[in-house]
Amino acid sequence: MVEVRGVYKQYGGKNVVDNVSITIPTGKLTSLIGPNGAGKSTLLSIMSRLIDKDRGEVRIEGKEISQYKSDELAKKISILKQSNHIAIRLTVKELVSFGRFPYSRGRLTREDWEYVEEAIRYMELEDLQDCYLNELSGGQRQRAYIAMVLAQDTDYIFLDEPLNNLDMKHCVQMMKVLRKLVDELGKTIVVVMHDINFASCYSDYIVALKNGKVVREGTASEIMSSGVLQGIYDMDVHIETIHDKKICVYFA
Amino acid sequence: MSNKTKLIVLSIAALSLIMVFLFTDVKGNWDYIFRSRSEKIAAMVLTGCAIAASTVIFQTITNNRILTPSIIGFDSVYMLIQTFVVFIFGSTTLTMMNANVQFLVSVGFMVGFAVLLYSILFKQEEQTIYFLLLVGMIMGTFFQSVTSFMQFLIDPNEFFVIQDRMFASFNNMKTELLLVAGIVIALMIGYIVSYIRYLDVLSLGKEHAINLGVPYEKTVKRLLIVVAVLVSVSTALVGPITFLGFIVANVAYTFLQTYRHSYLLVGAMLFAIVALVGGQLVVERVFTFSTPLTVIVNLIGGIYFLYLLLRERKAW
Repeated sequence: MVEVRGVYKQYGGKNVVDNVSITIPTGKLTSLIGPNGAGKSTLLSIMSRLIDKDRGEVRIEGKEISQYKSDELAKKISILKQSNHIAIRLTVKELVSFGRFPYSRGRLTREDWEYVEEAIRYMELEDLQDCYLNELSGGQRQRAYIAMVLAQDTDYIFLDEPLNNLDMKHCVQMMKVLRKLVDELGKTIVVVMHDINFASCYSDYIVALKNGKVVREGTASEIMSSGVLQGIYDMDVHIETIHDKKICVYFA
Repeated sequence: MSNKTKLIVLSIAALSLIMVFLFTDVKGNWDYIFRSRSEKIAAMVLTGCAIAASTVIFQTITNNRILTPSIIGFDSVYMLIQTFVVFIFGSTTLTMMNANVQFLVSVGFMVGFAVLLYSILFKQEEQTIYFLLLVGMIMGTFFQSVTSFMQFLIDPNEFFVIQDRMFASFNNMKTELLLVAGIVIALMIGYIVSYIRYLDVLSLGKEHAINLGVPYEKTVKRLLIVVAVLVSVSTALVGPITFLGFIVANVAYTFLQTYRHSYLLVGAMLFAIVALVGGQLVVERVFTFSTPLTVIVNLIGGIYFLYLLLRERKAW
């Protein structure tokens, strides 16, 4: 279980994350939504110890994240940010094999390689596994990074806009993979999402942020109502139900 | 060719150059020649290893392949110390001072400077590594200005003593320091070995390193202090020569095509030995001491630097 209690983060005198307390349900896919500058990415980075909080607590399985040893935590949580630039030349396979570092310290066993190959298969990267990252398109690279996170095989996965750079087909594929990880392997996944309809169709739980504060949280169908979304985004939206899915129409 | 083979080839090249340097062109008293040449070889091997290792580590930490530790002003701290001693106490003090004492004082000051810089950097957690570079650059320039100012004021004869320290030279190194320097460098390299796997992950960048379980701040702080010690030792031994590190690190990256630091570090060190011993051979036997080795290193390094800059620009 991931519990966030009274977390603050200030940049230049402004509270980017302002007294946030949420509990991420275990074994569910949770989406963080909200307008630009709402503090979604910052909150995600705080939850995954990439940046320090000014105040408050983030507890994973009851233990404050700063109390964990770095390598111990790396076997429990993994984080992927939205912009990834790597200065060195790596093949897809080499990148994915880095995901096993918390377990193998760089000396991969046969079992580690099995995880690597499985992650590559999961993300349909078999044909590209020996290509260098800089030769790939943005979307292919994104899938390679996700494969690295999969190889890390953690119970909690934090993803900052995993659909960035992906086309329609790969967006759907990505969300199906995340669903599968939750439903079949029991992982807990938290994603920052921009596309409200992807959040609606694939997540179990939605947390809406605005100006650094949690404004609403609830199951996907609770949040997907025009009243709630209008409050979050300050614009007129309509909710239609298509094939049992609530779809938000916001093209005015 | 696998990376192991490549390293073996490099080792053979380095060893053969050392052999050529030691055993050819012997005229006169063999004992004397052998002794002075082995001391030179020892100094070159130590300096080469220290500079290669410090540059590779520094470039990995900063995720930037055209930086060298000299950017954060280590060389200028060294020159400031030398000039300051001459300015206050006169050149005789500098030349008469116990070499080991002077060595430890210089190393102490440089490491102190490094620790000061890092504490500024890590006091505020939002600061990036580039902030450290910027502060280092500004302080380096400041130290240089203070150094030049003092050099203007002192007696021209005294200035020659300093000038002598300003250029790296293996004809004029402090052989008394070899033992101490050797021990310090061996200790540092032993320490690096325990961090070698973290270095591989650090080259992915800060966020990935944290995600994969590297205690980032602690590791970077310690590695930067190792870099400071290595640069100080090599500078105190033969003078400022960090351009060499830039060349050998980049040649090693291109030659080995890997991210693994176990290969990169050894490769860069071997290239440094090849470059120094080979360069010194050319200086002594071809130019008959008319050109100092640093001039050649800086000329080649400068051209290579420009080439890499132009190529990088195209790549983006």
